[in-house]
Amino acid sequence: MRHFIRLIRPYIVWAVVMIIIPLLLIVLYSVTTGGNDLVNIQFTLNNFKKMTEPIYVAVFVKSFQLGLLSVGICLVIGYILAYLITIFSEKVQNLLILFVTIPMWINTLLRTYAWICLLSDNGIINSILGVFGMEPMSMMYTDFAVIIGLVSDLLPFMVIPIHTSLCKIDQSLLEASMDLGANRFQTFWRVTFKLSIPGVLNGIIMTFLLSISTFVIPKLLGGGQYMLIGNLIENQFISVGDWNFGSAISVILAFIILIAITSMKQIDKEEAEEE
Amino acid sequence: MMKKKIGSILYITVCFLFLYLPILVTMVYSFNSSKSLTSFESFSLRWYENLFTSGEIMNAVYVSITIALLATAISTVLGTITAIGLSKSRRILKEIIINVNNIPIMNPDIVTAIGLMILFSSIKMEKGYLTMLLAHIAFCTPYVITSVYPKVRNMDPNLANAAMDLGATPMQALVKVILPMLKEGIYAGVLLAFTMSFDDFVISYFVTGNGVSNISIIVYNMTKRTNPTINALSTLVILVIVITLVTVNVIPLIIRRKRNPEDEFTDMNRSLKEEEA
Repeated sequence: MRHFIRLIRPYIVWAVVMIIIPLLLIVLYSVTTGGNDLVNIQFTLNNFKKMTEPIYVAVFVKSFQLGLLSVGICLVIGYILAYLITIFSEKVQNLLILFVTIPMWINTLLRTYAWICLLSDNGIINSILGVFGMEPMSMMYTDFAVIIGLVSDLLPFMVIPIHTSLCKIDQSLLEASMDLGANRFQTFWRVTFKLSIPGVLNGIIMTFLLSISTFVIPKLLGGGQYMLIGNLIENQFISVGDWNFGSAISVILAFIILIAITSMKQIDKEEAEEE
Repeated sequence: MMKKKIGSILYITVCFLFLYLPILVTMVYSFNSSKSLTSFESFSLRWYENLFTSGEIMNAVYVSITIALLATAISTVLGTITAIGLSKSRRILKEIIINVNNIPIMNPDIVTAIGLMILFSSIKMEKGYLTMLLAHIAFCTPYVITSVYPKVRNMDPNLANAAMDLGATPMQALVKVILPMLKEGIYAGVLLAFTMSFDDFVISYFVTGNGVSNISIIVYNMTKRTNPTINALSTLVILVIVITLVTVNVIPLIIRRKRNPEDEFTDMNRSLKEEEA
């Protein structure tokens, strides 16, 4: 098998050029001025300072609020869904999980566009409300529309890991808990939920990561003026052309996600040690 | 007990409705004769006709399909040989590569996208088809490696050595012994790479230029005003993805049923071995 060591070389070169160098370039851009003019770059921290201006702070706060809210909604809806799926026989479970996964494979853009047809002022939901004699609601370009879009996009990412860890639970533990006098609620809270925590944490990381960095959903359902971190980055690169500031925001975004992932892993580890 | 199940079925149905309603609406309204989003007037194939006669859209379909095929082929080969080499490398190198490989998987798409965008522009590479292809290979390969590498680790290294002791060249050992054992991992990698590439919007959007667009970019540009042609296009894309997924999930079942009992036995042995590992 020694002959095959060399097979790794092409990817080392590839990974340096296509993974490491781009990251270094983002960091370089974030601490310099002058954009693409690499000849006269100047180092500065102004790009990061600019982020403390109230408009940009507001964008970060809003992204966090919406991100955490949709993660929370996904967690509640998704946990119940994952739990109820485990009631069925294995064959049915596999089928149901397949149905949960199919939307994950379909482009977010296409599914979000479909929500426009449902939510717009003269859209399907409003025409159904009209049939019942209710006033049409203005749902597009609101936080509500963005949250609906986010939740329907992220729900599968919450359900799958939770379902996986629920399936792994040894049923005899639940019987033991009942035999020892715990009621159904205690058994659920102290045994089932405790054992499903790794799946819950995985689900939270995945959905948080996706919700904090999205720019398609807020742009389509929130309108052109709606700003989350992702939109801010897109704006800097596509319309404004301030690549340095855009890079600085990306560095912060990557940093936030790194912190989120490591802290979730830490919680997971502490939970494991407790047992 | 039965009552409880009815409640569960109801809840699951509502959740699925929430997930599938947008998809169903898209499909139904792609056959609507009017431009309206609310009233379904009559059945028509008008938007499909629009779709197939629009040179711009057909061009995007061509770009999406060729990029997905090329990126899948290249990243599968690159990812598979890397996974094989990885298992033989020194521990430190192995850990570094696995961690670097995880960066594009964990990083938000938008960060990967602007990194590549800056890279291409700083080496003065003209943005277009080639940059899009390179970017797609860059984000697909890590997924191939993560799906093939566990299979390489479970493989018995003596088998390849035995093949070579019996006179096979390393190339023959690779093609005839190692690759067949990694089959499942490679298939999973191919499926992941193809669907990720075919569906990608964010990364393509940032690294393309000169009017080269894939399906997602065209859709994004068309969403600015109501245009039922998008519904027709979405319907076709959804069909492609669903058919691929269902085939991939159903074919193994059919094959398993056709197999003879002897295979079943080796299958069982293998799964036992995997559990031990």
